[in-house]
Amino acid sequence: MERKQARITRKTFYARKIKEAVHLLFFQHHRKPGVKGWELKRRLGSNYPKMLNILDNYLEKLDLQVKTIFEEGKTVEKPTLKHLDKARFYITLRGDLNSEEAKLIGWRIDDIAGLAIAISFITSKGGVVPRKDVEKLLRNKLPDWRVDMNIKRYMQSGYLGEDENEQLYLDWRTRAEIDQKELVELILTADLKLHEGD
Amino acid sequence: MITNGQRKKLGKERLQRVIDVCRSVEKGLDPFSIDIDDIITVVREYFPDWDLPEELCLDAEAIHQLSSVIELQSDWVKRRSTSLYTDPFLLEEKIQLLSKEEIVKLFLKAWDPIVELEQMSFHSLTQSLNYWASLLPLSERWQIIAPLKVDAGATTREELIKQRIFVEKTFSETLEAFWEELKKKIDGEDRIRYWDFIGADTYLKTIERAYMTSFLVTYGYATLEIFRLEEEIFIKPFKKQRSLLGKKQMNSIPISINIEDWRKWRESKQE
Repeated sequence: MERKQARITRKTFYARKIKEAVHLLFFQHHRKPGVKGWELKRRLGSNYPKMLNILDNYLEKLDLQVKTIFEEGKTVEKPTLKHLDKARFYITLRGDLNSEEAKLIGWRIDDIAGLAIAISFITSKGGVVPRKDVEKLLRNKLPDWRVDMNIKRYMQSGYLGEDENEQLYLDWRTRAEIDQKELVELILTADLKLHEGD
Repeated sequence: MITNGQRKKLGKERLQRVIDVCRSVEKGLDPFSIDIDDIITVVREYFPDWDLPEELCLDAEAIHQLSSVIELQSDWVKRRSTSLYTDPFLLEEKIQLLSKEEIVKLFLKAWDPIVELEQMSFHSLTQSLNYWASLLPLSERWQIIAPLKVDAGATTREELIKQRIFVEKTFSETLEAFWEELKKKIDGEDRIRYWDFIGADTYLKTIERAYMTSFLVTYGYATLEIFRLEEEIFIKPFKKQRSLLGKKQMNSIPISINIEDWRKWRESKQE
């Protein structure tokens, strides 16, 4: 009887903590979305990676996931608690969107294509590219008057950043949302894949 | 036959050019467009000629910039040797061949957008309430204000000066008076510490004096002597104005006048 009671209490405790994690992760609390590991630790306790794991399993049914982005976008094979405390956690889509769904996000096809071009180009150049080079490449696909406007929009959304030498770099949202290596590979092997699909 | 002075001048120019080229690499130029051996030869060639601290600083700056270029070259080689490397030209080519729709299809496979809900916070609600409470009613905001009728009258030059519509002296008069003050302040010497000249009782006045001093130097009433190692700047008045504008390559020298520096100067004066 006592053991059953203890199990119920533990279950209630986890359910309450997971709800709290949902509130923290879904609602934007700061200027940027997402929550830092140390914030989750303060609210959920030091066992927060386990809670996030349970939440991630639950979100899988909804095609969502808890994504961990380590400091400065590094890849960490076996993260320690220290790595996790400094990391940022987001809720992102788990699967893929189709073109029709992408339109619902509020961005035109042109804008998304421009973003894909800018990110893949900057990635291939090692992460930093003079702004004028990105503008030149975008002019191949977008009308002249939209190029500057779109770059500003990508910067405002946190996909790109610009330094004092007028060089563009990949910013926090790109690190959180886009698998840069996969994107570049997909573009480079595009001919084959598109024809295979035909 | 080239004199020692001419050789030094040439050497300084070449080192300055080296520094500029290296800096342009940091701004995106290909790091391999720099011939390191060639630059080292230049630096080595002129090194025995340097004896003044400024010249040695220039030499050190050139070496520092060169090391940054070597670091960039090393990063480039490291990146190329990893599996993550992709030829950007190949990618550009592919981007040009693909249609916008195809690019979007590919992008969507690599894109996991963040799910986020924006909501009102207590802070933003308070701000909105305060804004709303401070708003005047529409009837008052949209009121058409009739132009004020002012009777014409006479005023004096002094009154206009007081209202800052006229200035008491022309700028050149003020500048010349400032030059005279500098000449008096050097007190038999030929120069004075920059801060001892521009420093005043208030920070605002100090800024004003630094601003006027910059014109003294630009218009050839005085010159600056900078000792970078000792971090000392002196201002030296000329007996006659020397107009250098348009005759010589002018250099801008940024001098920071922040409130901390001003406080330190005041404290040192009080001691």
